[in-house]
Amino acid sequence: MKNRLKKLTSRNEPYIFLVLLAVCILIEIRSGQFFSPNNLVDIASAMIVPGLMAIGAFMVIVSGGIDVSFPALASLSFYATTKLLLDHNYQGGVVLPFLIAIGFGALLGAFNGLFISYFKLPTLIVTLGSSSVFKGLMQGALNSRQLAVIPTGMREWGKKALFVAKNPVSGLTSRMPVAFLVFLFALVFAFFLLRFTMFGRGIYAIGGSEVSAERAGFRVVLTKFLLYIMVGMIASVAGLIRVCMMQQAHPTNMLGMEMNIIAGVVLGGTAITGGRGTLLGCMLGTLLIVIVENSLILIGIPTSWKSVFTGALIIIGTGVSAYQVMHQGKTRSSKGKKQEVAQ
Amino acid sequence: MGESLLKAVNIYKSFVGVEALKNVTFEIKPGEIHCLAGENGSGKSTLIKIISGVYTPDAGYMEFEGKRFSKITPIDAIKNGIQVIYQDFSIFPNLTVMENLAFNSELADRRKLVNHKRMRQIAEEAIAKIDFKVDLDAIVGNLSVAEKQMIAISRALIFNTKLIIMDEPTTALTRREVSNLFKIILRLKEMGIAILFVSHKLNEVFEISENFTILRSGERVASGSTSDLDAKKFTYYMTGREFQVHRFEYEKVKEEPIFSVDKIGIEGSFSNISFDVHSGEIVGITGLLDSGRTELGLALFGIKPIEEGEIKMRGKRIKLTNPRRAIHNKIGYLPEDRLSEGLFLSQSIGDNIVISEIDNLSKAFGILDRKQRRDEIKQWVKNLAIATPNPANACQTLSGGNQQRVVLAKWLACDLDLLILNGPTVGVDIGSKHDIHSILQDLAKRGMGLIIISDDLPEVLENCSRILVLKNGQVVGDMLASESDEKKILSYMM
Repeated sequence: MKNRLKKLTSRNEPYIFLVLLAVCILIEIRSGQFFSPNNLVDIASAMIVPGLMAIGAFMVIVSGGIDVSFPALASLSFYATTKLLLDHNYQGGVVLPFLIAIGFGALLGAFNGLFISYFKLPTLIVTLGSSSVFKGLMQGALNSRQLAVIPTGMREWGKKALFVAKNPVSGLTSRMPVAFLVFLFALVFAFFLLRFTMFGRGIYAIGGSEVSAERAGFRVVLTKFLLYIMVGMIASVAGLIRVCMMQQAHPTNMLGMEMNIIAGVVLGGTAITGGRGTLLGCMLGTLLIVIVENSLILIGIPTSWKSVFTGALIIIGTGVSAYQVMHQGKTRSSKGKKQEVAQ
Repeated sequence: MGESLLKAVNIYKSFVGVEALKNVTFEIKPGEIHCLAGENGSGKSTLIKIISGVYTPDAGYMEFEGKRFSKITPIDAIKNGIQVIYQDFSIFPNLTVMENLAFNSELADRRKLVNHKRMRQIAEEAIAKIDFKVDLDAIVGNLSVAEKQMIAISRALIFNTKLIIMDEPTTALTRREVSNLFKIILRLKEMGIAILFVSHKLNEVFEISENFTILRSGERVASGSTSDLDAKKFTYYMTGREFQVHRFEYEKVKEEPIFSVDKIGIEGSFSNISFDVHSGEIVGITGLLDSGRTELGLALFGIKPIEEGEIKMRGKRIKLTNPRRAIHNKIGYLPEDRLSEGLFLSQSIGDNIVISEIDNLSKAFGILDRKQRRDEIKQWVKNLAIATPNPANACQTLSGGNQQRVVLAKWLACDLDLLILNGPTVGVDIGSKHDIHSILQDLAKRGMGLIIISDDLPEVLENCSRILVLKNGQVVGDMLASESDEKKILSYMM
């Protein structure tokens, strides 16, 4: 029992969960609106896109890399998809748009993967570059501008709700989008992949030591290549969902969100050096950022101050986990000393 | 003579014109403990990589149990029962013991899905073979070096292993851990597994191996039974030079010490330590890994400031609260891990030499005097015989012994009164070790005071005038080197 408790306290998730709880309670006390049904649904709905992005960013960070290109990648692929369908006056359902977006995502992800895995270039440099390339393609080749009208199928799907929550006091209602199911599916898929397949364990192994992974017989190059393809696909799905939910395609709307996503992942206890982190922690960290971004208005803090709070949260959050690692190192060395004395 | 397990015949390998191996022949029998020795750059690593299939030889062939191969792949090597344990153990510090043990065979079986039950079983069988007790769910990064090594050994045994190659397995181990490792090696031998032990530590070669092969500059210079080998021959084969052991002799010139510490201590590291260092004296500090010797070294250089007691330099009380103060008081420190603490590996050799005296080389407004800098560098490269074609090359291009000389040069350039050296010859080959020792003795003769912190007892005995033995943060022995021997020191240490 004591052992289990020790294991729990040495992990990051309980702390981030407590912080999350504290933030929620604080907002509830100040506003009395936090735990209202419509606010909870709003938060769940706001979680969909960042949540999907975070899954991709998380896997890359675990593998020892860092990807800053996913918002640009998603933007290019949703914009290209929407424009293509509009040009052909597409009237069908939402399946084809998703398939096309996923196809674009895979292609662009492969572009990243090619340089990162086969040419062994640093991920940050490659994705900084590709981020610029993707943006450039969108603005130059596709001559991007805001598309106020999107294909009917996408528009209808974006409006579809699983259920509607109503605030008994104010009477405000919020819809839970169908897209939430896509997010849940991706989450379950990633969980299974990372935990129960050799491919997923390979991602952790590579993050721990690439040389060791190579020697143990993991196909490092292939694993990384496939990883970046997958991340591209997930990001594109997130991008298209955003378009459907907003009912319009805004080409620059997602750009710049990579920092908050990565911050959420790191806040959840994922080691920026790779190899360590859990999907649960990653989701808690992302949720914390989403809540702070969405609910500060409830306690009367103007939205213009939002970034100050998210920034402070990031510094404090990552600071605490860094302090924890330092502390762990200390107790370990004193334990070792005792053992030596005992001998 | 029995059938040999592995034979490598007339192996030749060159890399872009540099001959790494020149027609080397090597043989090992089942259950044999064989030591492969040689200085850095002698071709040891190349030979291992050829045997394990990482490199393809340019000429020559290999035989596994009589089957002849002109070249093999790493997979062939594993299938033929060859396993290599690299210096870094090829482990995943972020994963559990179980995964570290089971991944290799799961991957060899081309499994796609993870089966925790099967992996646990593989892991349990693996550690049972050498009676290694460990929590399978522990994260490997939290274990000790010795435990990590046991994991690497257990993992190698999962396959039908006939030969285990260990690349310098004792480098990071304490004395006790080394003797445990040797027990395991003998046990593996009983199981009929041959061990190829790569080392350049003399005492280990004699203690564990039955046969030896020594390489020098890519050639096999000697091989045979270890019982026919003695320390002098070993050193000669390794270096091609003959060394006279100069035992350091110290004559007291001045009664007053240049450096003295009085009852100093740091909570939890060491306490109540007092000693003097005179001009021209070399004081040795030895003890087990956790005796507090490293902390003492760090304290004397101000990295870990003392909490009690006082330090005097030429009779004047000084406060060492940070390394800058220590340097200002003409104290230098050569750290235990020169690679991470003592050098900027990617910077040039020259810059590494002048970094500590950089303040003295600057003219008005902190601008560097380039000519003076160049002259300093040239002088030290020459004085310490640092083997480099160009001091502008990065420090990482040098061998271990030469890197150590750069660290030395860096401090000598500061014109010190006291130099503290922590493990001055760890990971340095015999030839360089000898050179470093004579440099140190020479420095003492010129009036510098030196403190050598080391657990290499022959080194301490040979180079120090006085030896302090630490145990659990206390001085438990204080003796003149001329009146002590290894046995006496060990009895205090343990």
